[in-house]
Amino acid sequence: MKYRTVFDIIGPVMIGPSSSHTAGAARIGRTARALFGRKPKKAIITFYGSFAKTYRGHGTDVAIVGGLLDFDTFDQRISRSLDIAKEQGLEVTFRTSEEVLDHPNTARVYLEDDERSMEVVGISIGGGKIEITEWNGFDIKLTGNSPALFVLHRDRFGAIASVASVLAKYKINIGFMQVSRKEKGASALMIIETDQKVGEEIQAEVAQQPDITQVSAIF
Amino acid sequence: MKFRTIAELVEIAESEEMLISEVMIQAEMEATGKSREEIFNEMSSHLDVMEEAVKRGLSEDIRSRSGLTGGNARKIQQYLESDRPLLSGRYVLEAVARATATSEVNAAMGTIVATPTAGACGILPGCIFTAAERLNSDREAMVRGLFVAGAVGFVIANNAFISGAAGGCQAEVGSATAMAAAAVVEMAGGTASESAEALAIALKNLLGLVCDPVAGLVEAPCTKRNAMGAAIAMVAGDMALAGVKSVIPPDEVIEAMYRIGRDMPVSLKETALGGLAATPTGRELERKIFGESEI
Repeated sequence: MKYRTVFDIIGPVMIGPSSSHTAGAARIGRTARALFGRKPKKAIITFYGSFAKTYRGHGTDVAIVGGLLDFDTFDQRISRSLDIAKEQGLEVTFRTSEEVLDHPNTARVYLEDDERSMEVVGISIGGGKIEITEWNGFDIKLTGNSPALFVLHRDRFGAIASVASVLAKYKINIGFMQVSRKEKGASALMIIETDQKVGEEIQAEVAQQPDITQVSAIF
Repeated sequence: MKFRTIAELVEIAESEEMLISEVMIQAEMEATGKSREEIFNEMSSHLDVMEEAVKRGLSEDIRSRSGLTGGNARKIQQYLESDRPLLSGRYVLEAVARATATSEVNAAMGTIVATPTAGACGILPGCIFTAAERLNSDREAMVRGLFVAGAVGFVIANNAFISGAAGGCQAEVGSATAMAAAAVVEMAGGTASESAEALAIALKNLLGLVCDPVAGLVEAPCTKRNAMGAAIAMVAGDMALAGVKSVIPPDEVIEAMYRIGRDMPVSLKETALGGLAATPTGRELERKIFGESEI
């Protein structure tokens, strides 16, 4: 079921004019920001499909940048987000692509600062709901509804079990889990959606397990 | 308390002798672990946002940035208050005025509640506030109306779609109208199956409606489709309460909406490439709004 709660339907409270092109875009931006972990210095945003055709009229551009600034869908500052981004030293570039993708409302968001870069693809599926479908080249499926742990690891036996046992030790329940890899034996990604928030201390302990190369979390 | 279809929703409501709103509240409690009070208060605060948007749209001089929309809600309101004979009737027109008000506030980048989307955000408040006035409903009944609408939208969203880009306007205004029709039936004391008939009658009359916004903006024809959605929902509610039944059951109407949406060409799904957007006037307005260079 794509829609889980009644407030996916009666909601969100938001700045108009479009739930998929404005509120959804803000949420894609905000989730990307959360995955990046801090305010980026540079953002390159590529719009596809209906986003590419109509983004100016719907304020998709100001909404997604508002999200990158960590504004929620109802935050009045969204309408001034391009100016605020400039003031805060976030350089934004917009591109449009003619490429036809599976979903009509798709955005690719590339973020960087002096130390790192990240690229995600988000889709806005209607009524303000979104999914992140790609993270740094890995195919994923993330709704951003619950806390999630991102663990980059070497594709070897035991890596998943060691992460799961750390979570078990801290009584953290796993709601949904996915593993994605680019090729056998190379780098792999596990995304673990949890019922409880995974604090920094636990993240650090996960990072110390064998074959784990990077750990981050959202919410 | 889980339901995936309208038939299951009605079945639970009838066998447990509950209102549809109650089934939705309990399903929400189970799915989220939140308390009844928490869930009810959150929905009640959404009703506050809706009320504020209706008020703004009826009292302020709302204009969208493009200049395409604004001011019609007040025109309808003034006409209502005049002593001219109304062709359709006071309560239908009040729902239309309130739906237009909300939709105009949305187009002007004001604060609204997406129900189920921003493009269709006028229909539910238009109907809920008007039904409440007509029926002397208390606040609880109005909030319950939103839960009924939520239950219907939940089924449509999970079995079909609710965005214009995915399924055309039938998925947005169609879904919102179905949701509102079911809601006002419960507010009027109708049964769960009467709510189900109302949503089927409402949605059937919007099947095939394309999403063809001028210049790609949620303005023309969106605000007027919100107005007419509200009118259809009120009439569909009355028909269901009169005992009229849909020949095609609600879940099959939703399924039909899904198939029609999938078959609809991309030019008619929120891309501003076809329909009204592609008329000479539509194109002329687009040029005026964005300028030649930006198209």
